[in-house]
Amino acid sequence: MTQIVCDNLTLGYDGRAVSEEVSFKVDKGDYLCIVGENGAGKSTLIKALLGLNPPLAGTIERPGGLKAAAIGYLPQHTEVQKDFPATVKEIVLSGCLGKEAFQPFYTREQKQRAAFQMERLGLTGMAKRCYRELSGGQRQRVLLARALCAAEEILLLDEPVAGLDPMVTKEMYDIIESLNKEGITIIMVSHDIAAAVRYATHILHLSKKPLFFGPKQDYMITDIGRRFTSAEGGNGHGSDH
Amino acid sequence: MEAIIERIIAYSRFDFFWPAMIVGPLIALCSSLLGVTLVLRRFSFIGDGLSHVAFGALTVATVTGIANEMLLIMPATVVTAVLLLMRGKRRKIMGDASLAMLSAGALGLGYLIMSKFSKKANVSGDVCTTLFGSQKILTLKTPEVWTCVIAAAAVLLIFVVFYNKIFSVTFDSDFAAATGTHAGVYSLIIAVITAVVIVLAMYLVGSLLISALVVFPALSAMRVFKSFKSVVVCSGVVSVCSAVLGILAHIAFNTPIGSTIVVVQLVVFLVFTLVGFLRTKAVRKPA
Repeated sequence: MTQIVCDNLTLGYDGRAVSEEVSFKVDKGDYLCIVGENGAGKSTLIKALLGLNPPLAGTIERPGGLKAAAIGYLPQHTEVQKDFPATVKEIVLSGCLGKEAFQPFYTREQKQRAAFQMERLGLTGMAKRCYRELSGGQRQRVLLARALCAAEEILLLDEPVAGLDPMVTKEMYDIIESLNKEGITIIMVSHDIAAAVRYATHILHLSKKPLFFGPKQDYMITDIGRRFTSAEGGNGHGSDH
Repeated sequence: MEAIIERIIAYSRFDFFWPAMIVGPLIALCSSLLGVTLVLRRFSFIGDGLSHVAFGALTVATVTGIANEMLLIMPATVVTAVLLLMRGKRRKIMGDASLAMLSAGALGLGYLIMSKFSKKANVSGDVCTTLFGSQKILTLKTPEVWTCVIAAAAVLLIFVVFYNKIFSVTFDSDFAAATGTHAGVYSLIIAVITAVVIVLAMYLVGSLLISALVVFPALSAMRVFKSFKSVVVCSGVVSVCSAVLGILAHIAFNTPIGSTIVVVQLVVFLVFTLVGFLRTKAVRKPA
């Protein structure tokens, strides 16, 4: 089942295009990795997919009747969150908002959903812990649980391993992989091309004009794919430029 | 000590005592609740800027002789608040600079208008009163008391009903917007009630000290508490207690009312900081 079709998008902000002719589609259960240099329009594409900033041109369709709000979003950390006084439970619960009609307080069903997602990501024991006291990996799990509360069909992950140490990075990728195996579509923006070709089923390589979109196997044999993955065995970052 | 208590009891028989005792803590409660989200969203200085705009509007109202000065002050402050808070992230770099500009500009303009065009003899006295709020809360008229009470009740109601949404938008407005919450609407609501509360707070501590009313309780609560709910509740309690204590201390020691409340809040903040410090130390020790 096709969930998202993007046709000939022009991405940019304030009327200035950073990336043109972006076309791709996402099927249910795909693991799409969006790679590309800084300024290639990765964040802008995310904002467009979420419906926060419409693309300058082109169309985004959701054939399955999926609403924009049915995408669970894992954003990058913001400055505000560094010293935010909030418990794990409060944050995960907030993912349940916005889905249904307005209610001033959380319903029993929403609380159960939050509890289920916390259990799923191994957060139940730290429900009352304060967010600002958690490690980087724990924080990502909290935000992932919140995203799952918001939507279980598609997860959109913006640099999910940024700033994590190698052990925790591996753990995070494993979690994402297992969620994908449970049938959740993953769209991930990443700098980590080595991981992208390892875990993803599809690659979208953004630039001024997209350099590649298609299954990972095809990416590996293109010139651009070979060039960017030749540092395989290293960490992949060396060939980023 | 006995003399002080007697003095307070004697004051409590005056007509102005109970309105002040109701309005003061109510306004303090509202500003502290909003303070939590404003401080966390890095808008601590908004109280300062808006209150100076309110001061500027007040001077214009005084000079032009409008019967109900609220009719001018409230719209001016609300519009400024909406412009400042709604502009959001895109021009974050300029945010603090434009706030400082606005704050200083409105204050300067207000004082200029007041000293040049006011028909009253004691201009600096008037300005001092508006800025530092001395005694103003003790001279409230009945309609003003009701305005304050109704506005405060509305702010509290909005805060309780939209509490979860306010949390979500404060913690992560992008996520909230992406998952179907109209983040813009809630930012607008917060902006409007912030303006209302600040105009009300002008009665209590005067426009210069409003920042204190907004930031101190929230910051005190954050030193000690770790969940958003406990921070909000604690912030409200701290603020109400400080306002009551401040008003009583003002009566007992004949100090200016606004600055007394601020000093009480400062002391509370220092105590909470100490408690928070000792607590983290105690937690770390066994590990």
